[in-house]
Amino acid sequence: MPILETKDLTYTYSIGSPFEKTAVDHMNLQIEEGEFVGIIGHTGSGKSTLMQMMNGLLKPTSGQVLLDGQDIWDKKADRRQVRFRVGLVFQYPEYQLFEQTVYEDIAFGPKNMGLDEKEIDRRVRETAEAVGLREELLQQAPYALSGGQKRRVAIAGVMAMEPNVLILDEPTAGLDPKGRVKILTQLQQYHKRTGCTILLVSHSMEDVARYASKLLVLCQAKAVCYDTPANVFAQSQQLEEMGLDLPQITRVFHKLRERGIAFPEEVYTVKFGAELLKARLEGRDSAC
Amino acid sequence: MLSDITLGQYFPIESVVHRMDARFKIIITMLFLVMLFWGQRWTTLLVGLFFTVLATLCSKIPFKMIWKSIKPLLPILLFTTILNLLMIDGGDVYWQWKFLKITEEGVITSAFMVSRICLLIAGTSLLTYTTSPIVLTDAIEALLSPLKKLKMPVHELAMMMTIALRFIPTLIEETNKIIAAQKARGADLESGSLKQRIKALVPILIPLFVSAFRRATDLALAMECRCYHGGEGRTRLRQLQSGMRDYIALAITLLLFAVVIAANALL
Repeated sequence: MPILETKDLTYTYSIGSPFEKTAVDHMNLQIEEGEFVGIIGHTGSGKSTLMQMMNGLLKPTSGQVLLDGQDIWDKKADRRQVRFRVGLVFQYPEYQLFEQTVYEDIAFGPKNMGLDEKEIDRRVRETAEAVGLREELLQQAPYALSGGQKRRVAIAGVMAMEPNVLILDEPTAGLDPKGRVKILTQLQQYHKRTGCTILLVSHSMEDVARYASKLLVLCQAKAVCYDTPANVFAQSQQLEEMGLDLPQITRVFHKLRERGIAFPEEVYTVKFGAELLKARLEGRDSAC
Repeated sequence: MLSDITLGQYFPIESVVHRMDARFKIIITMLFLVMLFWGQRWTTLLVGLFFTVLATLCSKIPFKMIWKSIKPLLPILLFTTILNLLMIDGGDVYWQWKFLKITEEGVITSAFMVSRICLLIAGTSLLTYTTSPIVLTDAIEALLSPLKKLKMPVHELAMMMTIALRFIPTLIEETNKIIAAQKARGADLESGSLKQRIKALVPILIPLFVSAFRRATDLALAMECRCYHGGEGRTRLRQLQSGMRDYIALAITLLLFAVVIAANALL
């Protein structure tokens, strides 16, 4: 059974007014447990709305969101519990920090869950370590930290609830390349260690290509495809028609193919590309 | 829940009143207010009603909207009515219970007061319905500009008002975002005792204040970078222009005012 499932999920803003707009249009998705899903799509393709429906912040206009097969808008369902199980990190989450120390801010979520002191302490320290915050930072005021550190505190604040599904809306927006890699690598390690399901919204094809095990492509309020990165990037033409970029390495290999050099379609990581090239140059490749 | 707040209640349609010079609109509204309080007779209310209906028709604002601006003040209206009914003594006594009594004078006065307040709200809300907040502050600045001679920072005050108005929607959006983010971390805003609910506002108010200050510094810096230095010698994108229709409107208002004064003196 998929951990998160949507059935004919639809959300329409300002129904009945001239500004009426359908942001999510009859989406049917099945997200299996332990997947690292990259979500790509243009601004206004419905990413944020979809995410907010998945943890019960927005009520669908029609359709269902099922968490472990349970409709989260069922009369018996407790939405607050759903939010603890589906953690959502918003864009620029550092603007939500409010406590006097980093420690207390990370502890806000676990405290709301009603955990005991000892468990909270364990979670705060563990997640702080997971996002690479040094021990001595925990007692500092969050406003005294650098932008990248604040971002990591905010992500840790959601991680500390130990959700089964962790959704992140562009966690690397506005960070320098080093900070981006750091956050994404830590996320990947966290994913491997806890085995939780991660949904990562990103504008960077390189990032999703490198870290995701599945890709969800959204276009004009619809889910266009949900497949492995290899299969998604193989449909390069459709992606480009939707105005989405391909990873640079994929574009390079497409150019090579156009020149008649037989390379496979779905090269989307630099590592794989380099191996192919090396094999070809050394003449170990039998294809040509 | 926050999107219900309509502070800038500007109703953008095309009409004579919308096109009028905002300075004149303010002056006319003020004359109208003085007129309502000047007259102590029923003729005042009739003239006031005539003015309001005429202005509303010209502005093409639906009467439903006028009612919408009176509705929130119903409790206050009710309160004045009850106070006037019970406090004012004179004429025939209609009803008495111990020291409380309702008299003829009381009924007349409270009816008069309520009608006056309704007209007051209807007339003034017409100003904000037909004038966008930004234009309104421009006009206030223009009207107050004589005070610059007295070293009053008129331009700066108007600028502050404009900025405040400009950032209301931004801050509302920001608040909604912060609420969503804290809810995602399990913040409980809907249940609990009054004390708990007030405490639950802390995680929302602190980030909101921080971001408001951040925006203020950014804006100040951006203005500084563009060498902004206040009102001296500044020209405007939207010049306020008065025309025939403004003079006609002012003349009609003055005429009505004269009628009220005459009625006050003669009747």
